[in-house]
Amino acid sequence: MGFEKFLFYVFAIVLIFAAVRVITVRNSVHAALFLVLAFFNSAALWMLLQAEFLAITLVLVYVGAVMVLFLFVVMMLDINLAPLREGFIKYLPVGAAVGLIIVVEMGLVEVHSRLFAAEQYHLIQQPAGYSNTKVLGEALYTVYVYPFEIAAVILLVAIIAAIALTMRKRPETTKYQDPAQQVLVKRGDRIRLVKMPAEKKL
Amino acid sequence: MITLTDYLLLGAILFCLSVAGIFINRKNVIILLMSIELMLLAVNFNFIAFSAFMNDTAGQIFVFFILTVAAAESAIGLAILVVLFRNRQTINVTDLDTMRG
Repeated sequence: MGFEKFLFYVFAIVLIFAAVRVITVRNSVHAALFLVLAFFNSAALWMLLQAEFLAITLVLVYVGAVMVLFLFVVMMLDINLAPLREGFIKYLPVGAAVGLIIVVEMGLVEVHSRLFAAEQYHLIQQPAGYSNTKVLGEALYTVYVYPFEIAAVILLVAIIAAIALTMRKRPETTKYQDPAQQVLVKRGDRIRLVKMPAEKKL
Repeated sequence: MITLTDYLLLGAILFCLSVAGIFINRKNVIILLMSIELMLLAVNFNFIAFSAFMNDTAGQIFVFFILTVAAAESAIGLAILVVLFRNRQTINVTDLDTMRG
């Protein structure tokens, strides 16, 4: 058993352990932290597959942004955990049975059939100077430039939707500054010159 | 020597764990969203494994777009969750019966 295989099994076992904890742990904050662990191990496994760019992206985007968002929401909401757990034991056999059936079926397809002819493919060892990021970037900005722009629009829509959903209208009593009116103000609106006689000497 | 089947089996196990998670935690919207993230991760595993073993970058480009869409999805999902909690003071799925579904 080579060192790569050993690394694969270590990361895979920790990944599966983390995934099991995500779906079984009682506290949502712990679930989010286990999901972070799962993402880190997935990034390591993607490194083993020579997909460095996506591995780094997974850590930066998922652990750095999405999971922080999850943790932020979980900690901000004051959730009563007890009613959320009450069906856990009841649904556990169904969930375990469905999961087991699917994994056995997928395993049968992948191991015993010759559908994918998986044994004839070997991991291509790229030459020394090969840059995964460069290859992906060249493909992304030439062949896939149109989907790339659509992805940008999707992110923009997500930003606008998230802000529009969560923005709260303030009550009517709140006083606002109107910058337009502030700019348009005239001297006469602020200063009133009053003509009055000077005081007489007594 | 790690084979393609190893990666595919790992992806299958991860996918089934997240399906089981949706069944088990059907009251907690946050765990449901996390299960969906795990599911997308399992799909990405298959894409990257096939891409690396068949020397085709298209799979990795596809993973890039899946990551984009998943980030947008979780951002909007969490925004909906925050609005839901603000209006109903609960995120229990069984309490969300306004539409009598």
